[in-house]
Amino acid sequence: MFDFLSSGRYDLLGAFWVTVQLTFYSAIGSLIWGTLLAGMRVSPVPLLRAFGTAYVNLVRNTPLTIIIVASSLGLYQTLGIALGAGENFDDIGFRLAILGMVVYTGTFVCEALRSGINTVPVGQAEAARAMGLGFTQVLTLIILPQAFRSVVAPLANVLIALTKNTTVAAAIGVAEASLLMKEMLENETQALFAVFGVVAFGFIVLTLPTGLLLGWVAKRVAVKR
Amino acid sequence: MKLRKVSTAVVAVASLSLALSACGGESGGGKKSDKIVIGIKFDQPGMGLKTQDGKFTGFDVDVARYVAKELGYSEDKIEFKQAPSAERENLISNGDVKFVAGTYTINDKRKAKVDFAGPYFMAHQDLLVRKDDNSITKVEDLNSKKLCSVTGSTSAQNVKEKLAPKANLLQQGGYSECLNGLENKTVDALTTDGTILAGYAAQKEHQGKFKLVGLKMSDEPYGIGLKKGDKDLQSKINAALEKMQKDGSWKKAVDANLGPANYIADPAPAITEKG
Repeated sequence: MFDFLSSGRYDLLGAFWVTVQLTFYSAIGSLIWGTLLAGMRVSPVPLLRAFGTAYVNLVRNTPLTIIIVASSLGLYQTLGIALGAGENFDDIGFRLAILGMVVYTGTFVCEALRSGINTVPVGQAEAARAMGLGFTQVLTLIILPQAFRSVVAPLANVLIALTKNTTVAAAIGVAEASLLMKEMLENETQALFAVFGVVAFGFIVLTLPTGLLLGWVAKRVAVKR
Repeated sequence: MKLRKVSTAVVAVASLSLALSACGGESGGGKKSDKIVIGIKFDQPGMGLKTQDGKFTGFDVDVARYVAKELGYSEDKIEFKQAPSAERENLISNGDVKFVAGTYTINDKRKAKVDFAGPYFMAHQDLLVRKDDNSITKVEDLNSKKLCSVTGSTSAQNVKEKLAPKANLLQQGGYSECLNGLENKTVDALTTDGTILAGYAAQKEHQGKFKLVGLKMSDEPYGIGLKKGDKDLQSKINAALEKMQKDGSWKKAVDANLGPANYIADPAPAITEKG
């Protein structure tokens, strides 16, 4: 039943390695972009606030598949934007997929972080302002460090969702786990459930430790109030 | 009081579902005898396509209709069901469809799970290029070209593993996305079975833009997939296919569906899948 694994035809580990890489780069990008968005949403500048709100509400309600396919069809195939990846479709797809993931996942990071900001007592910001700190300083020195500590668990959920969402990159030909699953299903239909099970198991191996580890971290760093 | 209400509701639902399932079983059994469910592709112009007004067209559809007629089902007794490539074997072995006629290449792995009748058509993996592009004449030329195919498809794997490992291969979710790239010159060629390519090239919105190269990069003998061990059905379908070739309907169906794309079809193949 599992003989397709030993045939040497399918590079399962390689495919999951691409999944891990996609997740890693997208997670870093999303964290940066999400923090910036959260900063915009709580900033005193009305225009930035409006942009942040509009962006988050628009993008998080757009299906990820549409965002990823649009980045391939729209950005690359129509406008020729390859993000400096040259001519190789593997590189282009990989970078466009990361861009799509960051654009999408950033909104969820932003919302998690904004709820974290709400857990910081108002007095903290008032005290910081009274000391003469500007908005950026209040945010980066006082508010965000406390906010981050209280949203580790929600961010872990976002990370797990992101790990699974990377499968959408198969739609634009990134050779990650779900693309390999498609290939295996095409050739090994007699082992349909075995193929599915192996890939599902791979994702459990990726996401379960993430959840456990970050759950433990969340408990350790949470601000006790 | 509240508990009583809930329990009555539960009983009511349970008895209703029992009654319904009994009913469903009966009418389902009745339906089986006078209707036939056939699996086809819904998204391959020229071979199996569900049009926007709900009609079915294509060569596979014509073959399916002819075979169904020979099995004793009139046109209005045919029900078409979508059979995506990866699900064909399961649809057949679960009994969801009587048989599948959907660009279904006969091979040994598939024969482990289903039986085939036919083949009724010999297709080949081919290339679709822009009308004015003459730079590809043989398979090796692909190594320096940008190529597009559908994610995970056999054609895509063929290119990667055997035909042209150095080709720059873009895998997309569907052939329409590839056609977009072909038109915008982000890719140079689109590859899959020539029959499917011909269907796309002959579509109204694409007419005159693309052409088939005519390379025979693989052999794809299309068969009709049916439940393993159903020798009776297999020989009946084979007889129907033979009759279709003899009375000229086969040629007519090929010309009507693939002719507009200048597809040069192989002559009808000899039937090899016998019990």
